[in-house]
Amino acid sequence: MTARQEPVLPAGQAEPAPPEGAATATTAVAAARPRRQGSYSLTKQDRRFGYALVAPAVIVLLAITAFPLVYNLWNSFHNADYLFPTTFSDFSGVRNYTSMFSGGQFLPSLYRTLGFTAASVAVEFLIGMALALALSRKFIGRGIVRAAILIPWAVPTVVSGLLWKSMFDPQNGFVNYLLNALHLPLAHTTWLGQTWTAWGAVLIADSWRNTPFIALLLLAGLQVIPRDVYEAAKIDGASAIRTFWRITLPMLKPAIMVALIFRTLSSFLIFDIVYAMTNGGPGDSTQVLAYLNWFAMNGESNYGLGAAISVALMVMSLIIAAIYVTAFRTEQVG
Amino acid sequence: MAAVSSVLPAVKAARRRMRTRKAAGWSGFYLMVTIFVVVSLFPFYWILITALKTQPEISAGTTGLFPAHLTWSSFSNILHQATFARSLLNSVIVALSTTILTVIIASLAGYGLARTTIRGKQLIMGFLLVAGFFPVIAMVGPIFITYRSLGLLDNLVGLVIVYFIYTLPLATWFLTGFFGQIPRELEEAAIVDGATRLQALRRVIIPVAVPGIFTVAILGFIFCWNDFLLALMFISSPTKYTAPLAIMNLGQSQYQTYYNLIDAMVVIITLPIALIVLFAQRRIISGLTAGSFR
Repeated sequence: MTARQEPVLPAGQAEPAPPEGAATATTAVAAARPRRQGSYSLTKQDRRFGYALVAPAVIVLLAITAFPLVYNLWNSFHNADYLFPTTFSDFSGVRNYTSMFSGGQFLPSLYRTLGFTAASVAVEFLIGMALALALSRKFIGRGIVRAAILIPWAVPTVVSGLLWKSMFDPQNGFVNYLLNALHLPLAHTTWLGQTWTAWGAVLIADSWRNTPFIALLLLAGLQVIPRDVYEAAKIDGASAIRTFWRITLPMLKPAIMVALIFRTLSSFLIFDIVYAMTNGGPGDSTQVLAYLNWFAMNGESNYGLGAAISVALMVMSLIIAAIYVTAFRTEQVG
Repeated sequence: MAAVSSVLPAVKAARRRMRTRKAAGWSGFYLMVTIFVVVSLFPFYWILITALKTQPEISAGTTGLFPAHLTWSSFSNILHQATFARSLLNSVIVALSTTILTVIIASLAGYGLARTTIRGKQLIMGFLLVAGFFPVIAMVGPIFITYRSLGLLDNLVGLVIVYFIYTLPLATWFLTGFFGQIPRELEEAAIVDGATRLQALRRVIIPVAVPGIFTVAILGFIFCWNDFLLALMFISSPTKYTAPLAIMNLGQSQYQTYYNLIDAMVVIITLPIALIVLFAQRRIISGLTAGSFR
């Protein structure tokens, strides 16, 4: 049956008026039934068509996202250590979780990751906001500027890590060259060789790559704020700063929330840049949670331990998202 | 009259002051914008000149903003290394395959979600929304174990499949919105003319949706091209390296980092992406922002 014929059928059947006068409840139902059946089969076919269209995407996504996450939870309570193949997939209770804590790496990595997340999100948000406000103005060369700031975002993350590793190289890097040329101190620093300077370098690389993303999200938010609100504020004699606090910021709230959630979660899961720039070093002073998680799996072949760390990461990501959502919701009510 | 003429110079002065203040504001603004652009682009310049330096100059350390001698040897060196050339090809093959399949699967699903009366639409849309936020690192372990038993480890086909994690949720979400905006009359007219729904989708709706599909394709390609973690987890033999994996494994020995080689690779990997950004900036931005306001 083609779709073209279908609308005709139920319409034709529904056309005859119900018998007049003697129309009891039952005959009314009887008269109504064909129509209902007709439209039912129409929607049924439409639905079947719809399910067929949606099925591939849903099946693929369930297989590569939902299934691994459930399997991961299962793994975290079982042995999945390739070094001990005989006990592989035996139930192990909470042993993966206890060894996660007793390994002594988890909590320090967690604190480092949280510290880095707070610092990077703050820096990237403030600079991103400035950039978004600048780009929301109409000026000559705006398109070029937008493309210029978008390129760092489009570069693969490991590549941007390597790029900044080169920039911070003691011998051939730009940073030491500049300090040397300006006769400033620290011109011979091995930036990636010490804890705090290594963190600084990672933060700069991360901000360089991700600030444009925040700026573009905020810019999109700025562009949907209606012009006349600003005109009204101008007529009322509001200063630029007051306009920003009283109009721009409140109306930008949804965009701010989206940008913050995105950046916080991806900062919390930082891996590529750390891998490329410091490899977790010096020592393990820049080892972040995702790195620890990767090392448990790829380095130690212990996928059970890796699963336990992954579950922790997953739970904390959910908590972060929930905190943002509730924080922004209660503020809107008040 | 006299009063007016006495006021005039003051007004003129005020106007002049305002104009200079405005000009100062604009120059301050341009200064800020220039700083942003320089910070964004200067590292690429530094990488390029490092890649163009000779090995002796690299060993001696940097003394200037320009290399003493320009040489293409790092580029020809790295492109003649079979592993790197092969990795570029692998990256292109994997990214293109995932992109094409994503476009097909996401177009069908997007149309289904936007235009049919299936149940559970909200559920699926909600799933697409959170799927984009799932930490990828939490999926790689189980996928590794599964791939190991399926023989998909160290296999580019396996990589194409997992790359859907990056592309499919956003693409489906974006195209659902895009199809929703196309007027219903268009396909109704086609159906009245005797087309089946699938024909209407292929001949009428898809051509109209080309800009949206283009957006999804570009973003998908960039996401795949950028991946490192999944390639690191699932690929082990150098002939199957993707470009980011190759760049991390070539150009440094245990004792020395050859920055001219690494930076030559950085330049080569960056170039295609930079070109895509320059030509498709608008599409990328619209896709990213629409995608994140899900």
